[in-house]
Amino acid sequence: MEAEISFLFRWLHVVSGVMWIGLLWYFNFVQIPTMPKIPDELKPAVGKHIAPEALFWFRWGAMATLITGLLLAMFSGYLIDALTLSAASGYLGLGIGMWFGIIMWFNVWFIIWPNQKIALGIVDANADAKPAAARKAMLFSRTNTMLSIPMLYCMVSGQNPAAWFL
Amino acid sequence: MKNPLESLPMTIVLGLVITVAVVVIVGAVS
Repeated sequence: MEAEISFLFRWLHVVSGVMWIGLLWYFNFVQIPTMPKIPDELKPAVGKHIAPEALFWFRWGAMATLITGLLLAMFSGYLIDALTLSAASGYLGLGIGMWFGIIMWFNVWFIIWPNQKIALGIVDANADAKPAAARKAMLFSRTNTMLSIPMLYCMVSGQNPAAWFL
Repeated sequence: MKNPLESLPMTIVLGLVITVAVVVIVGAVS
């Protein structure tokens, strides 16, 4: 039964991870580079409608990915070995990936989302605060895009133990 | 100096550099 539970949570982890990282890459590969090219009168369509909706699925995708990932590791029996970066257990690579993911989840919930709320006018803030909040959210979104590359490498490395690298 | 994370290509390069660093570290201690 443990194998079936692990399979279930691995599937849910991948599904929610696609939602999270898919939207992260949408923001960084599509929305952020395109915004300066959009005519000013059309920008509210993105800022007031598309971005808040995308951010909803983005942050809850991050939450679901974290929870299902931790449950997957727990039911599979390597949660502690991976989080303590135990080289002897063979879960060092996966553990590094998990910590990258945890840092990214923290960035989403405690830096990107609070600053996006200011930048998009979802919470009240003075006009001077908006550009600074938008820049901070953008840079941490870029940080997560940077970390997503080694994080995904570490995540899939566990499925390929016979490869000479990891 | 401009923050390298303002550039998307630089962000990807840095991500790849970290990936290589992880491979080296894991390979060295495993």
